Amino acid sequence: MPAAVAYTNSLIFIAVFLVLAVALPVVAFTMSRLLRPHHFYREKGETYESGTQPLGTSWVRFRVKYYLFALLFVLFDVETLFLYPWAVVYDRLGWFAVAEMAVFLFLLVFGLVYAWRKGVLEWK
Amino acid sequence: MRDWLYEPLTLGRFAGMALLIFGLLNVVLFLVTYAIYIQRKLLGWMQSRVGPNRVGPYGLLQTIADVLKLLTKESFIPSHVDRPLFLLAPIVAFAPAFVVFAVLPLTDRIAFSDIGVGLLFYIGVASLSTLGILMGGWASNNKWSLIGAMRAVAMMIAYEIPLVLAALGVVMQAGSLNLTAIVASQETVWNVVPQFIGFLVFLIAALAELNRTPFDLTEAESELIAGYHVEYSGFRFAFFMLAEYVYLFAMGALISLLYFGGWLPPHPALSFIPGGVWMALKTLLFAYFPFWLQATFPRVRVDQLMTFAWKGLMPLALVNIVLTAALKTAGVV
Repeated sequence: MPAAVAYTNSLIFIAVFLVLAVALPVVAFTMSRLLRPHHFYREKGETYESGTQPLGTSWVRFRVKYYLFALLFVLFDVETLFLYPWAVVYDRLGWFAVAEMAVFLFLLVFGLVYAWRKGVLEWK
Repeated sequence: MRDWLYEPLTLGRFAGMALLIFGLLNVVLFLVTYAIYIQRKLLGWMQSRVGPNRVGPYGLLQTIADVLKLLTKESFIPSHVDRPLFLLAPIVAFAPAFVVFAVLPLTDRIAFSDIGVGLLFYIGVASLSTLGILMGGWASNNKWSLIGAMRAVAMMIAYEIPLVLAALGVVMQAGSLNLTAIVASQETVWNVVPQFIGFLVFLIAALAELNRTPFDLTEAESELIAGYHVEYSGFRFAFFMLAEYVYLFAMGALISLLYFGGWLPPHPALSFIPGGVWMALKTLLFAYFPFWLQATFPRVRVDQLMTFAWKGLMPLALVNIVLTAALKTAGVV
């Protein structure tokens, strides 16, 4: 099976990529640790807030709008993922695929229109 | 090179390939070094300035001097940060930027992997960098960083969907997610012609994914100081920047593979020029294209940004899919 061999080999090389991608920053940080000066004092470690005294922590509750968009994203991303296998075999399925995806796309667009009309897509 | 993928691996070949991948890493770092130089030169010329011209002939060593400076600068950790996340964030942001090169075939002879889901792998791994940005922005315990990071995430998830949907048109044309097969399907005509709407959506969404002007809200230096990496200094800061520039080349390569026929020449008569040259030319063209926009466009507002993705690009991408499906069924393309 040449396909299976190609698959295993590809995974091995992707692993090499990953190892190098992690090794480069680690090596670079170590090098920089050896080369750079270390003069730390308390004021230097203060949070930067345009020169004024920092007010409280930044780990606060954040505006909920972001989570609405995140929910929308999860929804559409999963649906998009479903479209991918369909697109790959599109040629081989013929009219059945077209009809089925028309139904699916209708639901997708319906959801978008619903969110649109509800005003979820406005950023106020 | 590519043939090695289809035969059982020997130790020698593994070592050879590992060396080649290491070579690619160095090539990418070299390209990034000079992309920064060229960016500054281009911006300088477009604004009637000279750009860097002091370090080395024509300022050619400027970026190298900058990197050396960053390497020897103190890189302290502010007192109020979440230490483990703060230290991990630059690595998480950078690693995916290089890993995506694994699935990008460079020519018909040079490819580092051949997996069936190449395009999906690129999209999936590339979006991991957002996690690094959010980690860095949140762990910094700084209000500017948090706003920058939240904007980055909101923007990336908003533009991810048009990007993926636009690429779907290409997948339908090729009937495969394998990038080599996608290039092979463009022998007669490049995808940019039948997929022009998809290409426009993809290009705009890609600019947003890359955080380039007019979508550079995450680092908006005039409103957020520098956004998510404001508390980072020295080489940790450098790696956030490096990740951004590496993506520039990865995205340039992806655009030329998906829409411009990768290593295929524009006309069969030009096929005496090797495929690698075409691929390099196209990749560099699309990698440098954002620099031009940087000198041309103002930054969009955050509300315009979100509205544009969901109400503009997203319906357009859906129209593109329906159009492609209709044209394919009718037998036009």
